[in-house]
Amino acid sequence: MAIQENQLHIVEQQINHTAQRNALLRSVFLIGLGLSAWWEIYSRLAGFADWFTYSLLRLSPITRLGTTVQFMIYETPKVLMLLVLVVFGVGIVRSYFTPQHTRAILAGKRESVGNVLASLLGVVTPFCSCSAVPLFIGFVTTGVPLGVTFSFLIAAPMINEVALVLLFGLFGWRVAAIYAGTGLLIAMIAGWIIGRLKMERYVESWVYETPAGSGLDEDTQLGWAERIRSGREAVRDIVGKVWPYVIAGIAVGAGIHGYVPQNFMAHIMGKGAWWSVPLAVLIGIPMYSNAAGIIPVVQALLQKGAALGTVLAFMMSVIGLSFPETIILRKVLRPQLIAVFVGVVAVGILIVGYLFNILM
Amino acid sequence: MTTLQILGSGCANCVRLANNVDTAARELGMEFTLEKVTDIQAIVRSGVMKTPALVVDGRVMLYGRVPNVEEIKAILA
Repeated sequence: MAIQENQLHIVEQQINHTAQRNALLRSVFLIGLGLSAWWEIYSRLAGFADWFTYSLLRLSPITRLGTTVQFMIYETPKVLMLLVLVVFGVGIVRSYFTPQHTRAILAGKRESVGNVLASLLGVVTPFCSCSAVPLFIGFVTTGVPLGVTFSFLIAAPMINEVALVLLFGLFGWRVAAIYAGTGLLIAMIAGWIIGRLKMERYVESWVYETPAGSGLDEDTQLGWAERIRSGREAVRDIVGKVWPYVIAGIAVGAGIHGYVPQNFMAHIMGKGAWWSVPLAVLIGIPMYSNAAGIIPVVQALLQKGAALGTVLAFMMSVIGLSFPETIILRKVLRPQLIAVFVGVVAVGILIVGYLFNILM
Repeated sequence: MTTLQILGSGCANCVRLANNVDTAARELGMEFTLEKVTDIQAIVRSGVMKTPALVVDGRVMLYGRVPNVEEIKAILA
């Protein structure tokens, strides 16, 4: 009897196993199908936009209206499709990184190594600004140094997948790589400086008195079905939220593209105007927009003669330093530390801005 | 009687999770109390670093995402 039950159990397990494998094969097949359909459509977008604008609507490519409409019809589906693909992929990658996991890696690390690791992990660890406070406390009370925690908090919003997709889609891979590289560098160095300044006493005193629980079960043993699901959820959550901004941003960008004269921005945001970089940062910090809304606009400005460094500085300060996040962090940080945090990052952005205006 | 708690600062996702949990528990015909925990120290003490989180009878069952009603039913059942 016992043996029979045992055998039954084994058979059940095998059935379960086969069902799981079939489900996995099915999702792999669907993803493959999805990818090829994605590529087929994506590679035809430019041709479609030309045909739609110049043949169907009979607009001329040399008119302002023609170039504006073509830009809009081409860029909107292109950016949205890139966004869906990358957000899905990032969603899967992020299912391998939990805040618990990241904290375990960072706890007790030497500062320099810790700053580098924290900045990199900031990019892949899922985190939204509403979790900034529990995350901050969870980090600093379990042995992650303050400066290392800041490296994480700076990198996480600044280098996000939405920003990178838009930069890649609208500016090309070089600008996207420059943005990601300098953003990481700012996060590493700014965090290191904050650590050197020994600002621990400017953290609200109750923070260090809070015993952080660590008894959470790690759910890193996810199956593929769950990882794919988290990719789908990421697409639903992120693309579902940002698509109106993408369209609005591209519409404004298309308008600038078609109607603002060439080199119009050169004397306002050009290399010659030394004050343009600090001004861009000053305007950018209180502005709160997600990457999706700001990058298409900025791309159009760049085409009209704005300098790359100025434009980078503007984007970084809009995306990386947000007013709502500093207000949220005020719960755990004294104003002095918030001022140092914003100040150090702003100086970093300034340096990046000037550097690129000089070099490029 | 099951004690259900939603941990989170009260952002949009916390409200969505609370609604889904409420619906799931009702559909299962559970006897339950649903409570929102916004106190940051209490959240941190439970070990949660990503909100919103669902705590069932003192145990953290999920955090950092908002599953649909069906999945929450599976967790509660």
